Amino acid sequence: MDIKKETIASLHEKLVNKDITAEALTNQALDNIKDDAEKLNTFITVNDKATEDAKKVDAEGFNDLLAGIPIGIKDNIVTNGIKTTAASKILYNFMPVYSATVMEKLAAAGAINVGKTNLDEFAMGSSTETSYYGTSVNPWDFSRVPGGSSGGSAAAVAAGEVVAALGTDTGGSIRQPAAFNGIFGIKPTYGRVSRWGVIAFASSLDQVGVMSKRVEDSATVLSVIAGHDDKDSTSSNKDVPDYRADLNKDMHGVKIAVPKEFWHEGTHPDVLDNVNKALEAYKKMGATVEEVSLPTLKHAVEVYYVLASSEASSNLQRYDGVRYGYRAKDVKNIKDLFVNSRSEGFGDEVKRRIMLGTFSLSAGAYDAYFKKAAEVRTIFINEMNDVLKDYDLIMGPSTTTPAFKIGEKVDDPLAMYMNDILTIPANLAGLPAASVPAGLADGMPVGLQIIGKPFAEQDVLNAAYALQEENKFYEQIPTALKGED
Amino acid sequence: MNFETTIGLEVHVELKTKSKMYSPSPVAYGAESNINTNVIDFGFPGTLPTVNKNAYRLGVMVGLALNADIENHTHFDRKNYFYPDNPKAFQITQQDKPLGHDGYIEIEVDGEKKRIGIEELHVEEDAGKNTHGNNGYSYVDLNRQGTPLIEIVSKPDMKSPEEAYQYLENLRKIIQFTGASDVKMEEGSMRVDTNISIRPVGSDTYGTKVELKNLNSFNHVRLGLAYEEKRQAAILKQGGTIGQETRRFDEKSGETFLMRVKSGADDYRYFPEPDLPDYEISPEWVAEIKASLPETASVRRNHYINELGIPEYDAGVLTDTKEMSDFFDEAVGYDANPKLVSNWLMGEVNAYLNDKKIGLLDTKLTPEHLAKMINLISNGTISSKIAKKVFQETISNGTEPEEWVKSKGLVQESDPDVLKPIILEILDNNQQSIDDFKNGKDRAVGFLVGQIMKQTHGQANPKVVNKILMAELKSR
Amino acid sequence: MISKDEILHVATLANLKFQDDEVDSFVSQLDKIVGMESNLSSVDTTGVEPTYNMADTNSVFREDIGIHTQTREQMLENVPEVEDNLIKVPTIVDKEDAE
Repeated sequence: MDIKKETIASLHEKLVNKDITAEALTNQALDNIKDDAEKLNTFITVNDKATEDAKKVDAEGFNDLLAGIPIGIKDNIVTNGIKTTAASKILYNFMPVYSATVMEKLAAAGAINVGKTNLDEFAMGSSTETSYYGTSVNPWDFSRVPGGSSGGSAAAVAAGEVVAALGTDTGGSIRQPAAFNGIFGIKPTYGRVSRWGVIAFASSLDQVGVMSKRVEDSATVLSVIAGHDDKDSTSSNKDVPDYRADLNKDMHGVKIAVPKEFWHEGTHPDVLDNVNKALEAYKKMGATVEEVSLPTLKHAVEVYYVLASSEASSNLQRYDGVRYGYRAKDVKNIKDLFVNSRSEGFGDEVKRRIMLGTFSLSAGAYDAYFKKAAEVRTIFINEMNDVLKDYDLIMGPSTTTPAFKIGEKVDDPLAMYMNDILTIPANLAGLPAASVPAGLADGMPVGLQIIGKPFAEQDVLNAAYALQEENKFYEQIPTALKGED
Repeated sequence: MNFETTIGLEVHVELKTKSKMYSPSPVAYGAESNINTNVIDFGFPGTLPTVNKNAYRLGVMVGLALNADIENHTHFDRKNYFYPDNPKAFQITQQDKPLGHDGYIEIEVDGEKKRIGIEELHVEEDAGKNTHGNNGYSYVDLNRQGTPLIEIVSKPDMKSPEEAYQYLENLRKIIQFTGASDVKMEEGSMRVDTNISIRPVGSDTYGTKVELKNLNSFNHVRLGLAYEEKRQAAILKQGGTIGQETRRFDEKSGETFLMRVKSGADDYRYFPEPDLPDYEISPEWVAEIKASLPETASVRRNHYINELGIPEYDAGVLTDTKEMSDFFDEAVGYDANPKLVSNWLMGEVNAYLNDKKIGLLDTKLTPEHLAKMINLISNGTISSKIAKKVFQETISNGTEPEEWVKSKGLVQESDPDVLKPIILEILDNNQQSIDDFKNGKDRAVGFLVGQIMKQTHGQANPKVVNKILMAELKSR
Repeated sequence: MISKDEILHVATLANLKFQDDEVDSFVSQLDKIVGMESNLSSVDTTGVEPTYNMADTNSVFREDIGIHTQTREQMLENVPEVEDNLIKVPTIVDKEDAE
């Protein structure tokens, strides 16, 4: 059996039929991760207790679809007893004494956490190049980035190391790497999944989501991790559907809005070509596709970078060298401890965002930047929701280009930021959004982005499922890995 | 040149809750270092706050007791600053829409009543505690981190240190009677920061404000402010200017010393807490809280005077603290005579507390036991002399008075048939005293009573003894 | 234009320090980004309420029950220096300085 070709359902069947044990399955995943480590660098930490956990599941049985299934966890999700770094030097030795709610839920379902995947430092970035632990690599082309910030999770899934992985998405950190790696990734509605134990980047934008080759696998995991949590006062009370059971590829009568502003001038023609083909496919399936306008979209990047950086600047103040993580040596007093620990512990991109956010919140700048951005956010949310009053889904490209070269944009933060223009809208408005593979541009995957109404994850999953069943992209093996097996 | 003084006070009060403001860790004063902490209190990555409902309720209670308008649409804000006792490097507070605003309390100075305005009050979290070693290190204990606080900001309505003192006295009493806090300066559950400025009489602009800290009692507040008034006046009279600064009160010298000059560089970068939703404080909930407000001290005092016949002064002492007033009410509830309960509390009980330097609730005395003991005296079961023994026993050991009196055989002997033979025998043996009595020496009676009490181990009912003895003496 | 002095002031607030050669590149990068963000001023937001949190509910409270979710030993596990169950840090010179 080759785990790389399996789905959660097929693995579950094999586990139930005792064709394979959870222990063997986990060991296979761990072996794949180790084999790939040098070329892909997808994991920061491998869970050395994973085999033990799998043995327990073997003993307890496979009541849940997820029981015994190896899953990768983005390393900004807190795991009790397993080092959690957020890809930062400042947490190089941080050993959590509690687990994120999503981890508790996965464990209760019997899922096996095989390790912690690489990301941009504190999820700030679009390429994993800001990780203290080195960049991950795109399995379709080793000279290209896997995207970010959930680049480790995306590459691990694309390379078949794990069937599914958790990511987090603040401005596109699930959808962009999903698009770059030719896999599916969904960021649920804000509040759908608890943020307890998710290392905060920007509190009003962060959301945990799932990445997998197949839509149905993400649907399975999402049903498990979603739901209200008393520990997260911003989590929703709404009931969680069984997304997988309710999957439905019938697109008849589905109204799709395509904002003309998504046809961004900087967007690669091959990307647009693939997205247009996907939209044609939906039409053939019986959906209607109409152009709409989101006039405030041109300010989305501005709003996002003000708000995300401001919240981040405050959220990251706790890394001060006092209670955990990196502590600078040879300091005279507490002020030096703060300044040196932070200056030595954070990378440049994180410092840039902290500076930007601290500036936006400072006396004199607050009204013109932070408050203004929060007001423009309201306008933008209303624009998105107005469109969604008349349409079921908003679609467009997930990214402006396919995966770019490692090192290509690392010195131009603004170009890197503009890259997020297509994914930011769903975060600003808190809407569920996914990227599903639409095809290849010059050998590199392209993603179609699907945005739904608040808490209408099912609509998003259904549309993605319909396209998946049409193009069967999951059958493709990443180019750079071909012939290796 | 004559000056007038302007004083404003910021008071922090710890709310009496079981758990912290934004974390479920237990709240306890004087616990072992870092024992009541969790991942939220330590500001661990990934943690989120949750709002303690009871803390908010108590905050509203205080707001209502201070006649404030309660805000119906509110949210929490972050106040950002780095300090080792502030683990998140921000404090969650209410900057933009405080819990309550525009309240007031009444004070009386030199027979004149005056209202002092409350600008606003809001809930927030306390910081941990730092201690400083002399080895180049400091030490952080996060037990106190997250303890619910309410901050009460007065309007600059106070014109003298005495008014500030009265404001604090009344504020303490009002809050204590709501039960929302212990309001103990000595335990840090009430902390006071003051702002004081002076200006020439008739000037229409305020003078430069000086902040005064390290005030550990109301008296220090009064002394520190009085010192500041004089210091500032002396500077202005010499043509100097007052610096915008923070000063520390030194209790040994009674003087204030410069802590730091305010540079205006403080920038707390307040912004709404994105980890918490908006809060709608419904008028219904506020009404419910209002209905649950315990009676204020002044309502109770009037009740004691008018309905229970307690003298004004005594009623004042009984309502000085909520624990005393509650104790009194409860004892009276056990059918004890209110005046007697009052006398005991004001007399023996207070003497005991002063002697031991402890609070009423630190003793083992219960309102029920005090009431029972008083009733034992009232119905003649024990003498007041025996009562003192009973009192010592019950306040020290929590012993139930009725049973103890019985088991120790301390019940007063009032039966003339039992007492008369004893009295006759003592008279027979003390002819000299009888003679003295006949010669008009009243002292002799005291001696004879003493002998009788000695013979009866103090259990003879003095009234009965007196009656029999006098009749017998006269007849001899 | 965002000045070097402003950047240094912001760095002080954020408890970060930069080498001299870093400062200049930071200044020019942040200037570009802040310049981009300044486009927000062209949006008319008269009468628009700001969005500060994205919760779909409001007034979420926790009941007042005190519980220990971690032990002290767990809490002190990650602390770089511990003495007598206290977090040991280099001397705190003056509270007001640190604020």
